Amino acid sequence: MENVVCTFCGSVCDDGVFEDGDVRKLCALGKSKFSKKERIKAPMIDGKEVSYEEAIEKAAEILVEAKRPLLYGWASTVNEAIRLGVLIAEKVGGIYDQCASVCHAPGTLALIEEGVPGGTLGSVKNRADVVIFWGANPVEAHPRHPTRYSVMAKGLLIKDRKNRKVVVIDVRETKTAKLADIFVQIKPGYDYAIISALRAIVKGEKIEADEVGGVPVEKLYELAELMMNAKYGVIFYGLGVTQSRGRDRNVENAIKLVQQLNRKTRWVIWPMRGHYNVVGAGEVPAWEVGYQFAIDFSRGYPRFSPAEFTAVEALVRRDCDAALIIASDPAAHFPRKAVEHLKKIPVIQIDPHPNLTTLLSNVVIPSAIAGLEAEGSVYRMDGIVLRVKKLVETEYWSDVQILEKMYEEVVKKVG
Amino acid sequence: MPIEVEIITGRTIDQGKTVEEKLTEEYFKAVSYCELNEEDFRSLGLKEGDRVKIKTEFGEVVVFAKVGSVPKGVVFIPIGPYANQITSDDTDGTGMPLFKGVKGVVERTEENVKSIKEILGVE
Ligand code: SF4
Repeated sequence: MENVVCTFCGSVCDDGVFEDGDVRKLCALGKSKFSKKERIKAPMIDGKEVSYEEAIEKAAEILVEAKRPLLYGWASTVNEAIRLGVLIAEKVGGIYDQCASVCHAPGTLALIEEGVPGGTLGSVKNRADVVIFWGANPVEAHPRHPTRYSVMAKGLLIKDRKNRKVVVIDVRETKTAKLADIFVQIKPGYDYAIISALRAIVKGEKIEADEVGGVPVEKLYELAELMMNAKYGVIFYGLGVTQSRGRDRNVENAIKLVQQLNRKTRWVIWPMRGHYNVVGAGEVPAWEVGYQFAIDFSRGYPRFSPAEFTAVEALVRRDCDAALIIASDPAAHFPRKAVEHLKKIPVIQIDPHPNLTTLLSNVVIPSAIAGLEAEGSVYRMDGIVLRVKKLVETEYWSDVQILEKMYEEVVKKVG
Repeated sequence: MPIEVEIITGRTIDQGKTVEEKLTEEYFKAVSYCELNEEDFRSLGLKEGDRVKIKTEFGEVVVFAKVGSVPKGVVFIPIGPYANQITSDDTDGTGMPLFKGVKGVVERTEENVKSIKEILGVE
């Protein structure tokens, strides 16, 4: 089968070739996605194997009995499943939150304040003559992004690597930095200050310091010059910007820089979204109930508050009394104190593979792998919707089948 | 002598390749180490394969130490359960923990690196 869509990272490459259980053309991460690995064998309640129906009925009971269950994950499943998740969260008066809250949600907060001058990966490939990776390391997190869209990609107007200047701004000399024409090494936590300095230079002001955040000012003048002279520039920012001091404010400041540059030339800014459908995990609730993450339904209507209803906040403050975790592994990826609370409450897990969260879960429901054993629609990192395919048959239920049944059970119990 | 550092976490290829196989030896290897600047590595008296204890206001963890391309005073740990023993759970109202830039101290240790199950407290 040709044009197989990769369901690992946010680049969602759509040119894989699948033959005899093997996938070609994808990167090491994509290949690992399609390779054979340990699976959760059967649905389980407290370690005992049960049928899908029994596990789902138990899960529904836990969700309905809880005062405020947390429904978290969603970045590695299809839009159709996410939609059902939002409906279940609403019915049980729970919290809907998704992986972006520990990833790129600060960018969403910035977008709410400032809007976002964005563009698709296609426009970057065809037009961008200056590409900046800020706190992003695609060589290790989105390995084919540089070749398909941003560094070596051959586009309509930018035909080759020589026509494109690539800048990496990071605290480490990452593997991506080695691809760059210019590497700007900064001190951790100084993104905001450096963006402010660039804004001042673009505005025509003078910087009265020798260095900002570990960068000599001459280098900042050079960078600002390069940005102003670009025909079409792009800032791809990563978790280096959203997870360090300043968080959402860093992104907001960077958007303001791009707005300023747009008075002179054309610039866009875009997040390097991680999981293949983390964009869908925000877009689907946004079109269902108006918000992308941190949504609480306990009053019967949706309320948005990152300080209260993100998964980490709800767990650290012990504000949820049960959890449904789907397509995600908070036991591995949340700070210790959040995991401590997860260990104390009933946990339902839906996932193809055993992970750290499995070890804490009371109800475990194995699912089919989207893009290999189940189909559906997903959003690529730039918001383009792609249809992922079912390539092989499986006995496992898909996330959609599981959640449809769970919704049915929940409705039976709460009316 | 312990040294003061800033800790950053991030993805790596090996972490990504094994992220759906977290109960394997490969994943353990991919996430249970840290990278230090060469100078810091030497001043702590470390050799390849040695272990360090990293402490922050949020917890402590023992990991293997390697030399990496990080500046002096910065420690890099791949995202995962080891890193999260010491990351900040304070989100400043954004929901986002401070995964990058928590201050801490690093010292050489003879203590063992815990298994993933021990870290999680399920064994
Ligand atoms: S770059 Fe991302 S989407 Fe493309 S093959 Fe690699 S993991 Fe899959």
